[in-house]
Amino acid sequence: MKAKVDPEELLRIIELCRAVERRGVDPFQVDVGRSIEKLRRYLPRWRLPEELLLDAEALNRIAAIVRLQGDWLKHRASSLYIDPILVELKIRMLEPERLASVFFRSWHPVVALEQLSEKRLEEGLDYWNSLLPLTERLREEAPSGGELGLLTREDLVNLRTFSEVEFKDLLKKVLGELRAMAKGGKVSYKEFIYRGTFAETVERAYLTSFLVTDGYVELDVKPLEEEIFLRPLERPIPMAERTKVYSVALALDNRGG
Amino acid sequence: MEEAEREAEARRKVRRAAQMLLYQRHRLPGVRGWELRKALGKKYMEIIEILNRELDPLGMEVKVVYEQGQQPKEPKEEDLASARFFAVLRTPEVEAISGLRVDDVAALAAALAYLVSRQGKAPRREVEELLRAKFPKWKVELNIERFVKRGYLAQDEEMLYVGWRTRAEVDPKALLNLLLGEP
Repeated sequence: MKAKVDPEELLRIIELCRAVERRGVDPFQVDVGRSIEKLRRYLPRWRLPEELLLDAEALNRIAAIVRLQGDWLKHRASSLYIDPILVELKIRMLEPERLASVFFRSWHPVVALEQLSEKRLEEGLDYWNSLLPLTERLREEAPSGGELGLLTREDLVNLRTFSEVEFKDLLKKVLGELRAMAKGGKVSYKEFIYRGTFAETVERAYLTSFLVTDGYVELDVKPLEEEIFLRPLERPIPMAERTKVYSVALALDNRGG
Repeated sequence: MEEAEREAEARRKVRRAAQMLLYQRHRLPGVRGWELRKALGKKYMEIIEILNRELDPLGMEVKVVYEQGQQPKEPKEEDLASARFFAVLRTPEVEAISGLRVDDVAALAAALAYLVSRQGKAPRREVEELLRAKFPKWKVELNIERFVKRGYLAQDEEMLYVGWRTRAEVDPKALLNLLLGEP
């Protein structure tokens, strides 16, 4: 019987490669052959998509290390290569004035001048002339004054801050519709979201996003088929019980239903 | 007559190229190859060559800094289009042209030599540690911030890299050779 392999092994390989890449240390510290061998041995045992994704990520990181090893060799073979330890020793030994002198002799400063042209000055003056005084601009931008008072629920409804219909009721209604359409299975996201008008579509997408976040509906993304499905659940899954939490950005186009 | 017109047109383009390169038009100095192509036409590299000959007696030259860092063996049109062109001094004839004090230049030279010897990047902590051998902590931090702001260094999280200005202004090979050649 094959021993169980922990995906932690993959995470360890990924982290080692990332650390070498990030810190710019000798890429030959990574034993590429051994890491590849490990990936090859473990591959048949991965079952979950997350595990396969980790495997692909590990392979990608190892490929980056191979590229770094190539660059490292090229640099060592180039005329620019000088032992970093030797350079560091020399820097530590030299007086600051000598270091500055070394810099000046290898320095070719960029020539960059700035000058206002007559035309640009004219544009600036035009802008100044067309600009209203700050007091007038602030007056225009400030909200119109009035007496302070209390807003009633009706006022808020009129201002469209509150809705007559409770938000929870709306969620319940959409969930009911989704369950009816899915008939115990799943339903295409597009099929469920797109309605007669764009406003209705946006509202439905907005409400559905709450159902997904609250764990009433599962979002099933098929990247290869470029399809997304909604699967209503019998009982909501609390956040703490979810194995993997991620965000998905979904674009809506302004089309009819 | 045609010849005279062509010459006048070429002179006009050389003047235009000089102004584009010498005067800062964006947040950073220099212009991209595609900008020169747009302003000077398809044969813009010929105009740049003429400009180079004009700048030579003044001790200046046009330097091309390629996106990929090193100059390709045979630069293609797209390499040149994305490259940044600068006018640089071949050899500074006056000393005080940077606005940096000599101790700041020393810190910059040390940081750059350290980075260049490590393929252009190193953890900031290591560079700070090196500079702190000769300068106080507050000055080291201030200097690194200043060098990043000026474009001599670039920073990404905890790593320091050689910045765009260093690639335009400093000859890395000469820097290391001069450093090691110092008695």
